[in-house]
Amino acid sequence: MVFEKRLLRAEPNLKILGKLWRINWLYVALICLLAGVGYLALYSAAGGADYPYARPQMMRFAMGFVIMISVAVTPLRFLAKLAWPLYGLGIALLLAVLHMGHVGKGAERWIIIGGIALQPSELMKIGLVLLLATWFHKISWKQMGNPLRLLIPAFLVLLPVVLVLKEPNLGTAVIIACIGASIFFAAGMRIWLIALLVSPLPFAFEFIYSHLHDYQKARITTFLHPESDPLGAGYNIIQSKIALGSGGMWGQGFLHGTQGQLNFLPEKQTDFIFTMLSEEWGFVGGACIIGLLFLLILGGMIFAIRSKNQFGRLLALGLTMNFFFYCAVNLSMVMGAIPVGGVPLPMVSYGGSAMLTVMFGFGLLLSVQVHKDSTFGMEKAKEE
Amino acid sequence: MKKKKRSFSANKQVQQDASSSRRVFSRRALLLIATQTGILSLLASRLYKLQITEGDKYIKMAKNNLISKRLLAPPRGSIHDRYGDVVANNKINWRALLIPEETSDLSDVIERFSQLIALDEHDYARIQWSVDHQRRFIPIMLKDFLSWDEMAMIEVNSPTLPGVIIDTGTKRVYPTGPLLAHVVGYVAPPNEKDVAANPILALPGIRVGRAGIEKTQDDVLRGTAGDVEVEVDSVGRIITTLGRKESVQGQDIQLTIDSQLQDEIRSLIGEESASAVVLNCQNGEVMAMVSNPSFDPSLFDSGVSHAQWKAWMNDERNPLMDKAVAGLYPPGSTFKPAVALAALEVKTITPNDRINCPGYYDYGGTRFHCWNKYGHGSLNLHEAIKFSCDVYFYEVARRTGMDAIHKTCQKLGLGVALPIELTHVKAGLIPTPEWRQKHGHHWNIGDTIVSGIGQGFVHVSPLQLATYTARMATGKIVDPHLVRARDSQITPQANPNFWQPIDINPDFLKMVRSGMYAVVNEPRGSGAKAKINYNGMLLAGKTGTAQVKRVSRALRESGHFNSANLPWKYRPHALFICFAPYDNPQYAISVIVEHGNAAASVAAPLARDIMLKTLRRDPANKEKRVGEQGKSDNQDQSDKSEPQEPKEPQSSPDTQ
Repeated sequence: MVFEKRLLRAEPNLKILGKLWRINWLYVALICLLAGVGYLALYSAAGGADYPYARPQMMRFAMGFVIMISVAVTPLRFLAKLAWPLYGLGIALLLAVLHMGHVGKGAERWIIIGGIALQPSELMKIGLVLLLATWFHKISWKQMGNPLRLLIPAFLVLLPVVLVLKEPNLGTAVIIACIGASIFFAAGMRIWLIALLVSPLPFAFEFIYSHLHDYQKARITTFLHPESDPLGAGYNIIQSKIALGSGGMWGQGFLHGTQGQLNFLPEKQTDFIFTMLSEEWGFVGGACIIGLLFLLILGGMIFAIRSKNQFGRLLALGLTMNFFFYCAVNLSMVMGAIPVGGVPLPMVSYGGSAMLTVMFGFGLLLSVQVHKDSTFGMEKAKEE
Repeated sequence: MKKKKRSFSANKQVQQDASSSRRVFSRRALLLIATQTGILSLLASRLYKLQITEGDKYIKMAKNNLISKRLLAPPRGSIHDRYGDVVANNKINWRALLIPEETSDLSDVIERFSQLIALDEHDYARIQWSVDHQRRFIPIMLKDFLSWDEMAMIEVNSPTLPGVIIDTGTKRVYPTGPLLAHVVGYVAPPNEKDVAANPILALPGIRVGRAGIEKTQDDVLRGTAGDVEVEVDSVGRIITTLGRKESVQGQDIQLTIDSQLQDEIRSLIGEESASAVVLNCQNGEVMAMVSNPSFDPSLFDSGVSHAQWKAWMNDERNPLMDKAVAGLYPPGSTFKPAVALAALEVKTITPNDRINCPGYYDYGGTRFHCWNKYGHGSLNLHEAIKFSCDVYFYEVARRTGMDAIHKTCQKLGLGVALPIELTHVKAGLIPTPEWRQKHGHHWNIGDTIVSGIGQGFVHVSPLQLATYTARMATGKIVDPHLVRARDSQITPQANPNFWQPIDINPDFLKMVRSGMYAVVNEPRGSGAKAKINYNGMLLAGKTGTAQVKRVSRALRESGHFNSANLPWKYRPHALFICFAPYDNPQYAISVIVEHGNAAASVAAPLARDIMLKTLRRDPANKEKRVGEQGKSDNQDQSDKSEPQEPKEPQSSPDTQ
């Protein structure tokens, strides 16, 4: 009874239909547009066919769309309750993957549950963002000034980072760490503390590099000198740059990208999908995709700023940062700006679990947007 | 109230706190937005750089990615004899291959295959070797040179023959087989060193000449590789063909060899370990060059079996060696004309100087024997050559000295690596005191004396002997050569005027020739068994019996010495050099029968027979003969001679 009352107070005057009305449908349209780009890209990656990539991807998108809308109308308080379970599940899956994961490309990143290949780190990121948002929601600006208050959340970030590092998946570990750091930053971590923590970072890099796996070191070496091994590890980078470069201003035309269609381009349906698109649609197409991604990121950040509760703000910001890191790492990778690491382009690259988790993330983001006026949590402080 | 107030202030505190949280959040979120915007802008500008600024470079690289140039192996040029008979050619070779990987039961498949196409013991051994030694994805050759019927049979039965495929290749074939093996040589697949030097050789089907004409004319025969430009995908699968430049077949080579003459000579030689060289002495063309026994050159294309190799190595008649150019023998008495020329040149004798032969020659406490232990009496140059008197030439050599003999031999082509288009051509040796000293020994006059009769250190090849005979016969420095034409372009060497006169007084040459005439044609000449008179053409020659083992004095003096009783290996070589016709020399011949024992009875008749065959096959004679017979039912105007022996006029002296 008390709980119900509080819930009503938290989200005043909103029924399901009203909430649906409040959803930012422009933003949803942008998401659908990106999914459409993904459909065309996968259609081309299959050499001009629905199968085997485009249609399954669209079915997953449809499924993800339902999840997204459902989550969007779910009250924030309920979502906050999901934080610990999701986080716990993520950690459990990471541990499981370490013991029994499907081995691929030198890393144990996948786990098969009920026939679905799942990347636990995807789930982990969302769980972490949710958990940090609930955690920092309860910490006032003043309390943020006490570094000891940050110890537990710091541990919450480091635990998955270490587990993912052990998989080993350096790229994802760095992304998780960066998401965590951005939430700490946005939550009001003091500047002096940040400065104190950032200053020894160069030494840390030194230490990390010496503990990298050989294949990770090889990635860095071939990134710095791709020509040193044109048919080996440097092949991906060189071929990707060639395919991009041959796109020119207007591209070779849909389904006519020679490098992609003739399979010179490696992993074109996953990591290098942006390369294939830019070869076929040229700089104009590539820039439009970057613009679309930017709009989605900007929208997410605006949702965050406009939310009236810290939980929503941090949740929206964390999810947007997650999406941003995905995009930035993938784009930098295919343009040869950072060492290659298996990071797909969200919504566009082929992959089921990524699609579903990204859509779930968008659902959370829209929920923050829908419930932006909720003063959720204020009461809690009031009652204490 | 107080409590409430406190609560209110706490609430206010909380609200202030919340608003400062929100303020800080907004500020920092804006900062993050700026960062995100910056990074995405950087990425967009990088995209611009890759696609627009550096686009041309990558477009070029993309084209290279797509278009692959593949070389096409040129067909190897063929080799013909002087009348156009093919002696080396390429044959399309349908082969049945078995890929071990693609079959589960290898022996079963081989068994079923052999029911369709018979495999002999040799095949089984070869297949077994491949099974044991090759990696499983490399095809094993089951049978090559399949006929259409056999191919069809395999195709029809292919469901029961998993892993068996038909492959088209070319194989170098030598229709004349062992007959011209030493001259034509053979080819073999290139080794890694060849490929490193010339990448074109890596093309499948390319063969590299390993010996003989195939090796020395390899560049000419090989031709020019063509190429085909194809669009490929990343695994090299061909999508379209863009352009094709056909390969250019290697040039055809016409040899100076008359393969039928070669064949006739070989049958004359029979089983002897022997060598015979027939030169056109006007222009140095090698009409025939036989080294017996021989080997099958086609064995080298597919690989020689260990047993075969061992058999060759253990054969004391040494089939792999081309005795004509690589076999070195003491020339024996065939060397005497050269010694005579050297003496005449340095004027240590005149043609009429007489030297007495008592049957032996004493010098410095050593006794050197004449082959005629009763002695020849007093002899001039003409008689000394005719009787092949050893004592005369002991004395002449001693007077003349080894340096002068060496100098004349150089002119005549003895002890010289002749520039013939063959491999393993040996220079032999005409020794000089200087050479002996270089090897740390003292040169004795005795060494000069035995050199006078072509023994001791003197070693020459049959080709050198023929060349030397030709040069004496014509007075021209002809070099023996085997290539008559490349792609029907006749080489300048074919013209007799191409050759310069030799730097020896023609009168001296005439004197020596007349001595050689006497050897064969005058009564009691040492080579009387070589006498011919074919169409009025006479032969002049010189015998030579070369010891390979020193005969001990005791044995010689026992009077029972007969070299025919020695083991084969220690019997003397029988040599004969000759040219004909005497008054207008056309052909020069050298014959050596290893361990043939007696030149006069073995080598001389053989050389005579060879000369007869050669003269009969001479195009000029053939026309004359056809004209004489008056009726020519064979209108074939080509020089290709009829295979059967024409009926000779009774006047021919060899029918005696």
